[in-house]
Amino acid sequence: MNESEVSNNSNKSIKKAIKISPPLIAMLIAVVLFLLSGLLPAGYSTLQGAIRQALNILRLASFIAIIGAGQTLVIISGGEGIDLSAAPIVTVGALLTYMIINGQNYLILPVLLLVILIGAAIGLLNGLGVTYLKISPFVMTLVMSGVVQGALILWTKGYYDGKVAPIMTQLVARDLIWGIPGMIFIWIIIGILMTLLLERTRYGKQLFAIGVNRTAARLSGVKVNRMVILTYVLAGAMAAFSGFLLVGYTQNAGPNLGNQYLFPSIIAVAIGGTQMSGGKGSYIGTIAGAIVIQLISSLLTTMQLPQALQQIIYGSLLVVILIIYGREKGLRS
Amino acid sequence: MPDKKNKNIINWFRAFNKKHAIGVPFILLAVSTVLFFSLQTNVFQPGTIGRLTNSNFRTWLPVLLLTMGQTLVLIGGGLDLSNGSIVSVGNVILALHVTSADEPWHNLAIVALVIGFGLAAGFLNGILTVYLGLQPVIVTFATSFIYAGLALLLLPSPGGAIPREYTNYYRNTHYLGIPISLIILIVFLLIWEFFRLRKYGRFLYAVGGNPRAAYTTGVPVTWMKISTYILSGFLASLGAISYSLLTGSGFSGSGADMMLPSITGAIIGGVSFSGGSGSLLGAIFGGIVLGNIRRIISIVKVDSWAVTLINALVILFALAAPGFINLLRRKK
Repeated sequence: MNESEVSNNSNKSIKKAIKISPPLIAMLIAVVLFLLSGLLPAGYSTLQGAIRQALNILRLASFIAIIGAGQTLVIISGGEGIDLSAAPIVTVGALLTYMIINGQNYLILPVLLLVILIGAAIGLLNGLGVTYLKISPFVMTLVMSGVVQGALILWTKGYYDGKVAPIMTQLVARDLIWGIPGMIFIWIIIGILMTLLLERTRYGKQLFAIGVNRTAARLSGVKVNRMVILTYVLAGAMAAFSGFLLVGYTQNAGPNLGNQYLFPSIIAVAIGGTQMSGGKGSYIGTIAGAIVIQLISSLLTTMQLPQALQQIIYGSLLVVILIIYGREKGLRS
Repeated sequence: MPDKKNKNIINWFRAFNKKHAIGVPFILLAVSTVLFFSLQTNVFQPGTIGRLTNSNFRTWLPVLLLTMGQTLVLIGGGLDLSNGSIVSVGNVILALHVTSADEPWHNLAIVALVIGFGLAAGFLNGILTVYLGLQPVIVTFATSFIYAGLALLLLPSPGGAIPREYTNYYRNTHYLGIPISLIILIVFLLIWEFFRLRKYGRFLYAVGGNPRAAYTTGVPVTWMKISTYILSGFLASLGAISYSLLTGSGFSGSGADMMLPSITGAIIGGVSFSGGSGSLLGAIFGGIVLGNIRRIISIVKVDSWAVTLINALVILFALAAPGFINLLRRKK
């Protein structure tokens, strides 16, 4: 193969990559949706209004995307991987933060550590169930959700009282500099870390490997079970951390706080082009997907559609995305 | 000659277990049933056992019907997470439109509509997962959202009423001392036994065990798999009918808590997530075991704040147990 051929090939692959890159498509959809939302009666009319609106959308999308970070890892790991326990873990993270910190700044770090450890422990149980007991990930994490929710009820006995620490409010909810909320900066840092984790580390390489083909990965020396368990542990820890951040924004926590973010975060991962069967995906995609789903959700809310219709639209959206991206090869081919 | 008799029973049980692979679920069924009855205060009064059997089976029938459908899907190598939402839709339609016992034809049409919806929803699940080659877990999760949304759209707040004539019939009818819910269950098991021994049954196990091998030997894999989803939807619609007869009212979230027990029952009953193994009878035993455990928990007075946790732990333990046993076996 001579040089021109090589450059030709790489040119082709670049063109192809740009053509079908799902994160790019998602970003374009997000821009179009945002421009469309300006046409609505309740939309923005000035440039300043548009910027404010955009920042608001980004801030709301950041929670979906950060909760979707762990989900992205679990879904890339393959084997029908999915983490439904993210919802109650977010709730636990938020509630623990809310109730233990109770407005005291000095408790932030110890509580953050505790929250992340609890999330990781729940993730560990998920991972053990999925690998050694061979329980379907969906069912395992769903059952785990029930256990966590049950433990939460037993612990709080229906009584939720507390207060967020002032520093958290300052950092997450308020504007940090240039009118940009602190949450956006946290999001950018997490985005960079996630991308580095997936693209530049051994963990990332092995994660994609087990997602594509577990047998092949095992034969080439990847400790598959350990990788899967580690992935669920990471996902649990990240979900708990998301809960910690989320309560800084909502300033209030209840027993169902995390539930409303679960399905949007899964759809965000799917919109971003991460293959539901594993082995392919990116965190940039999840970020783009989170913005798209937040825009759709805002649109639906301004159109004052009933909750039920929104639910139907979300479900249908996921099916459509799956049909576009997620087809597996049939037996005939 | 008690010794010989014992041996005969053991041999018979071995043969039975070999044929149906339901030894463990059967033992669990026996233990949990004995435990349930022994916790009752006046079991030996005439009529108590019959009354308890009736109240148990009429409560369990909806979930047991779903368990049957789930088992067929699991044996075929899939998973149906939308069966609970199909129940919700059926329940809502029935509660809204079957309001008077004076219009039998209208009511029959509504029942047909509910069954039609179950078939259509199952068909959609099947087409999406099998024909379009999408993952069953995520697809039926998505469609469960669609169906649940539909139920909520039709009936935003709980309401509606099934005529008392119908609910009384379901709740209190016995034939030969056997409650009607149990009769329905047995009839379905017999129907399945008929098909299991024929082409459909053999094809189904082949498809779930090794789809590629089944395909190369001429089994219509696609249609076999789609048929399991259709059957699951059909059985879910029957679950909706029995649930509506049991409660007599409509609630858009009525089926939400049935999906997980339908899977758990099947797993306790020896069905595996990987497909191609397990039996419908075992799954029914598993479902009854789960029901017994729930009843026992409600009899033993536990802290009401702990009930959710205990129920979740029971399901976790039930799902984990087969895996544990396999793990120990492999180590040996």
